[in-house]
Amino acid sequence: MSAIISITGLNKTYSGGFEALKDVNLDIDRGEIFALLGPNGAGKTTLISIVCGIVTPTSGQVLVDGYDIIDDFRATRSRIGLVPQEMPNESFETVFNTVSFSRGLFGKAPDHAHVEKVLRALSLWDKRDTMNMTLSGGMKRRVLIAKALSHEPDVLFLDEPTAGVDVELRQDMWNVVRELRDEGVTVILTTHYIEEAEQLADRVGVINHGELILVQEKDRLMREMGKKQLLLHLSDPLSGIPEALAGRGLELSGDGYELVYSYDTKGEHTGITALLADLREAGVHFNDLQTSQSSLEEIFVDLVHQ
Amino acid sequence: MNFHAVKAIYRFEMARMFRTAVQSIVAPVLSTSLYFVIFGAAIGSRITEIDGVSYGAFIVPGLMMLAIMTESISNSSFAIYFPKFTGTIFEVLSAPVSYSEVVLGYVGAAATKSVIVGTIILVTASFFVDLQIAHPLVMATFLVLTSVSFCLFGFILGIWADGWEKLTIVPILVIMPLTFLGGTFYSINMLPETWQKISLFNPVVYLISGMRWSFYENADVSIVVSLATTLTFLVACLLVVRWIFKTGYKLRN
Repeated sequence: MSAIISITGLNKTYSGGFEALKDVNLDIDRGEIFALLGPNGAGKTTLISIVCGIVTPTSGQVLVDGYDIIDDFRATRSRIGLVPQEMPNESFETVFNTVSFSRGLFGKAPDHAHVEKVLRALSLWDKRDTMNMTLSGGMKRRVLIAKALSHEPDVLFLDEPTAGVDVELRQDMWNVVRELRDEGVTVILTTHYIEEAEQLADRVGVINHGELILVQEKDRLMREMGKKQLLLHLSDPLSGIPEALAGRGLELSGDGYELVYSYDTKGEHTGITALLADLREAGVHFNDLQTSQSSLEEIFVDLVHQ
Repeated sequence: MNFHAVKAIYRFEMARMFRTAVQSIVAPVLSTSLYFVIFGAAIGSRITEIDGVSYGAFIVPGLMMLAIMTESISNSSFAIYFPKFTGTIFEVLSAPVSYSEVVLGYVGAAATKSVIVGTIILVTASFFVDLQIAHPLVMATFLVLTSVSFCLFGFILGIWADGWEKLTIVPILVIMPLTFLGGTFYSINMLPETWQKISLFNPVVYLISGMRWSFYENADVSIVVSLATTLTFLVACLLVVRWIFKTGYKLRN
């Protein structure tokens, strides 16, 4: 798959001396949903702001669809839509006018039908004549998405798109993002809700202290870095791990009723069959068992604390 | 050239003007009418003529310039400061527009408002005094040049300001005194010789003098010098705006 965004050796040092980005190299594939994860102050917003032209990079190169963001800024910026983290809006303007303004600003001729289509897709059509300042937080967030989509971008940046949004609206937003991807729009999102990345992303990038520490397909990441555990609920409590099971790396709960076995999901043999045989041999009986896998959130926390 | 962007910014800003018509149009017209009543009627009854022009008519060019300068700075500084304040500036910065297009949109709209206000004041004045305009084309040139120059100055001010106080401090503490001391209500020839010389360091003297010449062919300084001063101020503002966008000063960092 060809890269629609190509970032090479990108650095940003702010005037106060703070190094927000350190030698970032990243390719975003056309048509994918890419989730950029990182703790607060990691450099996510700076990275997005540079690609969108809001912040000037200190060094490095960013290409969007083959065009340089500085030399060919018209070509790159007209391909990009940005939904910022904050919710700035022209308070005294109507929804329809503010979205139409964005379309014009990005060099597109007025198109009532397209603006209507975008507003309908985001359930904003009924609010088209409403002033922005009277909208709820969720609706304001939708207006920002509508503004970003008003000029039919190829790439959409969503900086914390569902922050402060209720669960139902979040699900709606996720559906909108999936629909956009299906229409061929490349979506790059930053989020604190790891569940959001888990639900939506094709690939995940983790940034910490300005360095991109990992870029991986989400499923592969979870498969390779995730831990799987087998939990056995025992019929009778144990006072300690039986000697016959000592080499199996088992953990016993405080009340002696649960045995936890961690195994490698990548390994050819999980060791579960042998473990169950050993348990039977040792006379350890259980009345229930369950398996669990690390969430993306657990993997993320492990990564940023390494 | 991104014409759609220029048009979008221009229309957006003009819509704001019509939304706030009382503040944008009615207020300056009202305050100018009050100047006519106070200076034209009350003081004018004691100072009958200056350089062969009735006092009421003499102050018209100065009052127009006073309103234009104040409105230009206020409109354009607010136009760019407010998006900075609310955060909506991100959209302009991420749009495929060059600095000249941004300036054309914002300053163009603000200057249009100033020209409208100046014209309304001229019409309002015609109800109070007998007006004659000896050189309408020169008058229109000064009207437009002064509007554009001070809108550019206001634009710079709006970018520089990082608080509401800074936004208002320059118009109140610098522009207003310079305008009042720039011959709005008098000819600098009426001042003692030392003050006449000091007044020549005030750039506003040249603007008001030029405007007054276009009306009555009376001027404190040569019309050519007035025009050159206005153009120099315009070019200086353009260069500063260019530098701001080139370096991203207070915008992209």
